[in-house]
Amino acid sequence: MIRVTANSFDAGAEANRFAASHTDVGAMVTFTGLVRSLPDDPILALVLECYEELATNELAALREQAISRFGLTDAAIIHRHGRLVPGETIMMVMTLAPHRQAAFEGAQFLMDYLKTDAPFWKQEETATGARWVVTMPKDKDARSRWIS
Amino acid sequence: MKVLYFAWLRERLNRASDEVSPPEEVKTLADLVSWLRSRDEALDYAMADPSIFKLSRDARIVPWDTPLDGAQTVAILPPMTGG
Repeated sequence: MIRVTANSFDAGAEANRFAASHTDVGAMVTFTGLVRSLPDDPILALVLECYEELATNELAALREQAISRFGLTDAAIIHRHGRLVPGETIMMVMTLAPHRQAAFEGAQFLMDYLKTDAPFWKQEETATGARWVVTMPKDKDARSRWIS
Repeated sequence: MKVLYFAWLRERLNRASDEVSPPEEVKTLADLVSWLRSRDEALDYAMADPSIFKLSRDARIVPWDTPLDGAQTVAILPPMTGG
């Protein structure tokens, strides 16, 4: 399941629904990304720009890749765009597999690729104006470990 | 053909898209970018380091040397920050 949406979602309800969709799995890993505002560098909001058609296509291809690479039973990605305030849920990755290792690795793979290869752009609104978020070198490093 | 611009590139150009009819010698996406840069100083300046950009052809990310081959929509994508 791939969902690119401007609407908020209930991560717990999504996880319960996804877990209930298969009975042949022993492991589910979920990751939920939240908008954060750090005390020493506070933000008012995070605005995510998105190329929705491209995001849907690329996330679908990424999901297929994760399923086949790690032998997942299923995988799901929900990603929001628009203006989000601290504490809100930005995105969620879920993997289902017969055993935990595949579920963990599949979820990490999806997250590492999303950071650098999903067509979203983040702009932080602060008290002094707006600024674009740049890709962190550590995110590129995290992604590169999956290239073999 | 439609060319889409996103994020800070869109802001610098002050527009989200262009409708263009490239000449026949523009065969690949890389050729298209060169041709667009030759027509637009702001785009040329913004893309001074082309290696940071990805390109999409009809809503799929593709290598720069991909043929245009009747593409309807090409997007120039600054470094992405999903997740």
